[in-house]
Amino acid sequence: MTVFTRSAAEREAALLPELAALTERHRRACEPYRRILDAIGSAAPYARVADLPWLPVRLFKTHELRSVPEEQVFKVLTSSGTTGQVPSRIYLDRQAAATQPRMLAATLRAVLGERRLPMLIVDSRSVVRDPTLSARGAGVLGMMNLGRDHTFALDERGVLNHEAVKGFLARHGGKPYLIFAFTFMAWLHLRELGMDLSQGVLVHSGGWKKLAAQSVDSAEYRRQLGEECGLRRIHNFYGMVEQIGTVFLEGPDGGGLYCPDFADVVIRDPDTWQEAPPGVPGLIEVVSTLPTSYPGHVLLTEDLGVVHGVDDGIWPGKRFSVLGRLPRAEARGCSDTHGLAAA
Amino acid sequence: MSHLDRLRAVFRSSLNLPSDAEVDGLEYRAIPQWDSLAHMSLIAAMEDEFSVMIDTDEMIDMSSFAKAARLLERHGIGAAAL
Repeated sequence: MTVFTRSAAEREAALLPELAALTERHRRACEPYRRILDAIGSAAPYARVADLPWLPVRLFKTHELRSVPEEQVFKVLTSSGTTGQVPSRIYLDRQAAATQPRMLAATLRAVLGERRLPMLIVDSRSVVRDPTLSARGAGVLGMMNLGRDHTFALDERGVLNHEAVKGFLARHGGKPYLIFAFTFMAWLHLRELGMDLSQGVLVHSGGWKKLAAQSVDSAEYRRQLGEECGLRRIHNFYGMVEQIGTVFLEGPDGGGLYCPDFADVVIRDPDTWQEAPPGVPGLIEVVSTLPTSYPGHVLLTEDLGVVHGVDDGIWPGKRFSVLGRLPRAEARGCSDTHGLAAA
Repeated sequence: MSHLDRLRAVFRSSLNLPSDAEVDGLEYRAIPQWDSLAHMSLIAAMEDEFSVMIDTDEMIDMSSFAKAARLLERHGIGAAAL
């Protein structure tokens, strides 16, 4: 069972009614969301997914956006990260909280298989022990559901623990195992390790900012990790706390990120807001049917991306890349400017 | 020791509960000790104790002691009397 089966047309047909129904559900249940839709004059019917009203992700920092009564809130997730930044607040009821790890698991099953694989985490154990869990810690914890015999490759000072990794490889190195890391951490530490990781499946996320500064793009990343560590199975993913449980996953061939069946992306021209055709960069809008307890089903991110092709890759649907942050996002807003400058 | 007693012992040790703690009614995240990290230790301890492989969906679905007992039953461990 995989969640990478729907062609662009099948996806559009399946998602439109579900997302339109979610729009109405949130309109009824979430007063600030209703006011926003009223203000922009958005009303059903919607003919295409791209016609659905989107919310800028930033609004989750400034508004309490939830579509369930306070007493049904089971879990509140907060985002990032950077000091001085106002975090997003995402409200999950019991059902949404249960669905999201299940769908994350279903998505990654496409590259990891059914079994929980032994898991090497390129981070310190303390990242998941922090009582006020960081976004990074939450990311690691969420992924840990997919693994077993969790082994942390870094010690508490963030220094590579060669012995721990050696022990892990002695136990599991002969069969496929999962390596989870933030993109930059994998780059930094796995190459330093100098060990044969050829049975590993590297799943990584977290952004390319630091790597872009070193002129390392996705192709170079895959090439060097392949050459120096023997890693052949490398999967980047893109996701955000505002759409928890939904991740866009790099295919086995590295040809871009693919959308799981319950999600899609729309690339928008930042000047006209019209959908940009394949090959033309724009702002990434992410849509997903998972946000049922808060109006996060259609979100405009502050990331730039480009669709490379549609139904032309190793999996069906859109194939896209994230190009980085929209430069203007740094000039906008006050608290964020400091956060980004300090990052 | 019955499999349910063994399961109770696994719960108490994985969740750092006193040896006489009542665990049959426990639910995930209803007590501070049963958080997501402890959940993973608990799953690992169950796999060791009962020599079973628990998959991700089963792990996510195991949101109470009663569900843990049913999970074991599906893996052919005892006939849960809950």
